[in-house]
Amino acid sequence: MFDTIKIQKDFPILKRKIHGLRLVYLDNAATTQKPKQVIKALVDFYSKHNANIHRGIHTLAEEATKMHEEARGKIAGFIHAATPREIIFVRNCTEAINLVVYSWGRKFLQRHDEVILSESEHHSNLVPWQFLVAELGIKLKFIPVTNEGLLDLKVYGKLLTQRTKMVSVVHISNVLGTVNPVEKIGEMAHKAGALFMIDAAQSLPRMPIDVQKINCDFLAASGHKMLGPTGIGFLYGKEKLLEAMPPFLGGGDMIREVYLDHSLWNGLPYKFEAGTPNIADAVAFGAAIDYLENLGLSNIFLHEKKLTEYALKKLLAMPEVTVYGPKTAEKRTGVISFSIRDIHPHDVAQILDREGIAIRSGFHCAMPLHQKLKLPATCRASFYIYNTEEDVDQLIEGIKKAIKTFKI
Amino acid sequence: MDNLYRENILDHYKNPRNFGKLQNPSASLKLYNSACGDEIEMQIQFRIHPPAGGSKFIIDDIRFSGQGCAISIASASMLTEKVKGKTIEKIQNLTTKDILKMLGVSLSPSRLKCAILPLEVLQKTAALAKEKENKV
Repeated sequence: MFDTIKIQKDFPILKRKIHGLRLVYLDNAATTQKPKQVIKALVDFYSKHNANIHRGIHTLAEEATKMHEEARGKIAGFIHAATPREIIFVRNCTEAINLVVYSWGRKFLQRHDEVILSESEHHSNLVPWQFLVAELGIKLKFIPVTNEGLLDLKVYGKLLTQRTKMVSVVHISNVLGTVNPVEKIGEMAHKAGALFMIDAAQSLPRMPIDVQKINCDFLAASGHKMLGPTGIGFLYGKEKLLEAMPPFLGGGDMIREVYLDHSLWNGLPYKFEAGTPNIADAVAFGAAIDYLENLGLSNIFLHEKKLTEYALKKLLAMPEVTVYGPKTAEKRTGVISFSIRDIHPHDVAQILDREGIAIRSGFHCAMPLHQKLKLPATCRASFYIYNTEEDVDQLIEGIKKAIKTFKI
Repeated sequence: MDNLYRENILDHYKNPRNFGKLQNPSASLKLYNSACGDEIEMQIQFRIHPPAGGSKFIIDDIRFSGQGCAISIASASMLTEKVKGKTIEKIQNLTTKDILKMLGVSLSPSRLKCAILPLEVLQKTAALAKEKENKV
């Protein structure tokens, strides 16, 4: 049984009052709140173990190095990577994608090569590739989204050619909450001889992922969207591919031997981790993974699915409200974007804030998707493990209040 | 915040003044606030005062169009009323403070951007109009 009330007790921030009212936090697709276990891991690291890693011989350095590598191991286990060497620590999902673009893309792509993305990408899986269009003359192609916001796999099949070198798509849309069939997309990419990358920023926090089963070549994720601190994320890459890639950034830690005119690179994963890494946040990210594994990702998925279904039913019953994307929870989870007739999302968000409810308003870093589906700026409510049906009820009451304020 | 959505702001939002397009504007400009998707276009028509060889540019007519939240639309609507008949110089001297006074509300930093966008567009449009005139 998923005990939301017990979970809520682990999150100190949920005790905060906003304008004198209980905080209803529904902006989880932007970032999640942190349980005391994660906060404690951070404080403990700085209070008891802080030292730089991979160099000192002293006790603290040994401890800090061990803790940092244990966190890497936890991530590897969490996504079923073959070895922790396949986990590269970075700042966030955006940096992970940039690493692939700059390191793999610059070495292995040339003029007229094709990279396939989708129309529902977050800017982080679009803008870096645009750099390579300008720099190398590669071509970007896009899997179209249907009116419901689902990827059109029939068209995707026709986009794949001998020139396709990479297919990179978002797993769960941060706007519509649609879950894309990554196993199928990856299989088709591999058949065409292309590599396959997944933007798992929204999926890794809420569903079990097995990179070997999905058979993706790269996977990018952020810690802060899954209970971890900000400033820590990782790139998963198949060992063989990472071995063949040149370093991303140069400096300390990523080298084996340095001479004035050349250097030899360190082995994986350090080749890609130049300079002192974000040690404490990596350790706390490990604590976040422990917390999630303890709850069970299948349970989290089910919990959010039920909540999404409940919220969809209530929102769809309001004539002033338009819900975007699939109208049932069958093909989506966790995220609902909507608008209220004649009220701008900013005004909705402001009125909800007054009621203690936090939602996001705007384009959610996915402007092309909004253009394609002709969406205006939208309101977005996104759920996580501590949200309840009561939170959804309060959202509905807040929306009613906005409608009343604007007398529509 | 309690009075943010008071009657006059909602009135300007629902019935924006000077909303639409001019036949022959002296200058027009559209700007976006990419964070929230607001878009405001300003069009102005000015006359030179005194009519023969004068040096003052006076806003003769003004229209705005676009979409945005209650704050940005109300700000644009009130601003167009405020500047009609005023000189371009006077418009260039308007500040954030003047806009907040005009709206009669206090705003958080994130909402301030919504309130200020119309002024930014207007000032850039006015500069554009002057530049055009000087070229002729």
